[in-house]
Amino acid sequence: MSVAKPLPHDAAPLHVAGTARYVDDIPTPRDTLHLAFGLSTIAKGRITAMDLDAVRQAPGVVLVMTADDLPFANDVSPSIHDEPLLSDGTVNYVGQPIFAVVATSHLAARKAVRRARIDYAEEPAILTIEQALAANSRFEDGPRIYEKGDAEAAIAGAAHVIEGTFELGGQEHFYLEGQAALALPGEGGDMLVHSSTQHPTEIQHKVAEALGVPMHAVRVETRRMGGGFGGKESQGNALAVACAVAARATGRACKMRYDRDDDMVITGKRHAFRIAYRAGFDTEGRILGVSFLHHAICGWAQDLSLPVADRAMLHADNAYLLPNARIESHRLKTNTQSATAYRGFGGPQGMVGIERVMDHAAHVLGIDPVELRQRNYYAAPAGGSAPHTPRSISSEMKENTTPYGQVVEDFELHGMTEALLASSDYATRKAAVAAWNAANPIVKRGIAFSPVKFGISFTLTHLNQAGALVHVYQDGSVHLNHGGTEMGQGLFQKVAQVAASRFGIPLEMVKITATDTAKVPNTSATAASSGSDLNGMAVKAACDTIRDRMAASLAERHQAEVASVRFGNGQVEVGEARYSFAEAAALAYQGRISLSATGFYKTPKIEWDRIQGRGRPFYYFAYGASVTEVAVDTLTGEYRILRADILHDAGASLNPDLDIGQVEGGYVQGAGWLTTEELVWDDHGRLRTHAPSTYKIPACSDRPEVFNVALWDGQNREDTIYRSKAVGEPPFMLGISAWLALSDAVASCGDAYPALNAPATAEEVWKGIRRLGDGI
Amino acid sequence: MSKIHVSTTVNGDAVEYLCDPRETLLDCLRDKLSLTGAKEGCGTGDCGACSVTLDGRLVCSCLVLGVEAEGKEIGTVEGIAEGDVLHPLQQKFIDYAALQCGICTPGILVAAKALLEQNPDPTEEEVRFWLAGNLCRCTGYDKIIRAVMDTAKDMREAV
Repeated sequence: MSVAKPLPHDAAPLHVAGTARYVDDIPTPRDTLHLAFGLSTIAKGRITAMDLDAVRQAPGVVLVMTADDLPFANDVSPSIHDEPLLSDGTVNYVGQPIFAVVATSHLAARKAVRRARIDYAEEPAILTIEQALAANSRFEDGPRIYEKGDAEAAIAGAAHVIEGTFELGGQEHFYLEGQAALALPGEGGDMLVHSSTQHPTEIQHKVAEALGVPMHAVRVETRRMGGGFGGKESQGNALAVACAVAARATGRACKMRYDRDDDMVITGKRHAFRIAYRAGFDTEGRILGVSFLHHAICGWAQDLSLPVADRAMLHADNAYLLPNARIESHRLKTNTQSATAYRGFGGPQGMVGIERVMDHAAHVLGIDPVELRQRNYYAAPAGGSAPHTPRSISSEMKENTTPYGQVVEDFELHGMTEALLASSDYATRKAAVAAWNAANPIVKRGIAFSPVKFGISFTLTHLNQAGALVHVYQDGSVHLNHGGTEMGQGLFQKVAQVAASRFGIPLEMVKITATDTAKVPNTSATAASSGSDLNGMAVKAACDTIRDRMAASLAERHQAEVASVRFGNGQVEVGEARYSFAEAAALAYQGRISLSATGFYKTPKIEWDRIQGRGRPFYYFAYGASVTEVAVDTLTGEYRILRADILHDAGASLNPDLDIGQVEGGYVQGAGWLTTEELVWDDHGRLRTHAPSTYKIPACSDRPEVFNVALWDGQNREDTIYRSKAVGEPPFMLGISAWLALSDAVASCGDAYPALNAPATAEEVWKGIRRLGDGI
Repeated sequence: MSKIHVSTTVNGDAVEYLCDPRETLLDCLRDKLSLTGAKEGCGTGDCGACSVTLDGRLVCSCLVLGVEAEGKEIGTVEGIAEGDVLHPLQQKFIDYAALQCGICTPGILVAAKALLEQNPDPTEEEVRFWLAGNLCRCTGYDKIIRAVMDTAKDMREAV
């Protein structure tokens, strides 16, 4: 069986040779044209005059397009048609595309756009939460509110009440490959688009709208992305649509890639939040009620902001049974980039809220933060966490519900927490940190634990479907295709392992092929960590269809029971007869058996009402836990992550090497979000951190000096592909422990709770230390 | 503007190209020589995805002009393997699963090879700081560092 093996990424040999092709590496026709957008320089207003003559006369320019030149739809929104490709005369943020230049080279196009002269009637921009609230600038009519019990009454009656407000910054995806698309016009109005996208079907849909053709006239192919992280779920639409329209207009291949600065200025990022909390605890540290107020900065267009903000609400409990809870969420419309999907999709923001509450409560109550968390965990499932046993949900378990009414049936964190505390030597190190801090006045240390419970499934229920196309050729080799996209996470390899396992053949016999809307239609984005869950099951279905046909044919040939036909070790056995898989395929072909099949899968059990906030939005939960230790220089606020220990639940992992890679990378990216990655807009709405020179993602030198990562030895209680669990997003939130560890270090500088904002940059840490030192 | 004729050596092969004096070496490698292993990650010398060697020295090819390659020896990721035989670093990156999306991998391999050529026995800290100019958004770096350390050990033992 290929599944569960630690195999390298499918394209690893190409990557190390430098021969793996990304969109910008695909050989293009000699007369290929290149696009660049002219961008707005104000945050809010109207265009009063636009002089593009100098642009048109610039060297190499072939075509200049404004909104008036678009033949059909001027829209690249993934949701409510509120996002024009090119400005319709209004300007909504600094960096909004206003016109497009089509030139003979990338550089010529970029140079030409600088020659534009645009006059604006500027209007007051909405850049802050206060300004948005004052203007009632928001998406949806009012806030969404999810409630369980009576939070206010529970808090009012509690022995201890804690409250606070903190800022939680956004995050730039910083996929190392910027957005890119290449459109190749075909005969009869057809268009082939290569796009660096997590969502080829969405690209196909938007290109078809823009060209005024049915979706069947547009084919989108995506072999790989150089990182996605949610940033290529909807943000690639503009490039693909612009290229397709230009290709239609010129009859030539058209390519566009954003320069890094343009990419950061134009595209959406993780939603920044302000979270206010009030919570009541009893004297034992058990939470009685909690009330959250989320303010999400959504930017100028709706994009995916509603489900992102919903998911933040759905993770406001994280791992804790909240007897009474109220979560109020405001989705604010501002004149900044349209915030979009980013790994965790709002979940991390919601989770940071409750982890802050637990941390704050532990400080106030004087209880060890891990102990306090454990006292508030959801109950473990009856009968332990053994899989395959019929679940008996006791009456107590029925009370084990989230604030949105889903029963938590698979809670793994009791055992995981104990295992991690032991493997990380938490208690000893906690004491050592205290001793260090007592003896050292300048460099302080901090240590913190945080758990993760992350819901798996798209909350928009209909997206939980996937398709696959599998061919077996007469030499026994297999062509594999499905709707998932490869962005480095190893999805293609994991799904190929499934296919090889179903046929019982070596992995080398399975050809992994680019995602292609002409092979599998109507796909969902590769998002919500769903890639292997959905596509693995769809591929399994397709393979099993072909396998069953081959088995039936061989059984008939040998007068044997179909069930007695066995596939394994590259062979097919029927009674005493034994064929190589290739021989079996050839026999099936000669027997006129179809060796091609589609497969389809839809996630069972889920149903969700996002307005009421009730239902079962998630098929299951994925779990994780981490302990981080940091050292802080109290004179400067600078810090280092000294050690991180992680235990993560990937169910029965399809590929431990790839899954551990997701866990390590997720932790570092999550820690980056909450520590060094600071987005700064000035008073004019200009993003001042628009390149790696000013926006600091973790570098090799920032990696924890000791980094121990292990997978929890478990299986998914639900019937997922080989009992594995989704692993893309959940580990991102392990990074919360880094933020809490910084808070712990700062707490040693005084008596008050540090109340750090995020990201806890060196500056923010320094301010926190000063606040405590001054006794504020 | 008139183009300039450049004669240079790439991965041991003599090559020539015509380029605009303002074009970067990165664009010349990618667009004129079809060597697309070096990538543009930022265009400002901050991410290392375009790393190549120029007369043995590690540089960001987005910060070097194509005309500056005249008479020089350029090394790119495409020249690291000897034909079909992978360099030990390349094999270790596969063995350690030290890559995900792979777009930083060529630059990191070029940089790591340059490190090992000048320091065959680096400490882990030296590896971490040498590679600090090569950003990776996927892996969290742990496997990369371990792959480089283990390669260095193997190469020392093989001498």
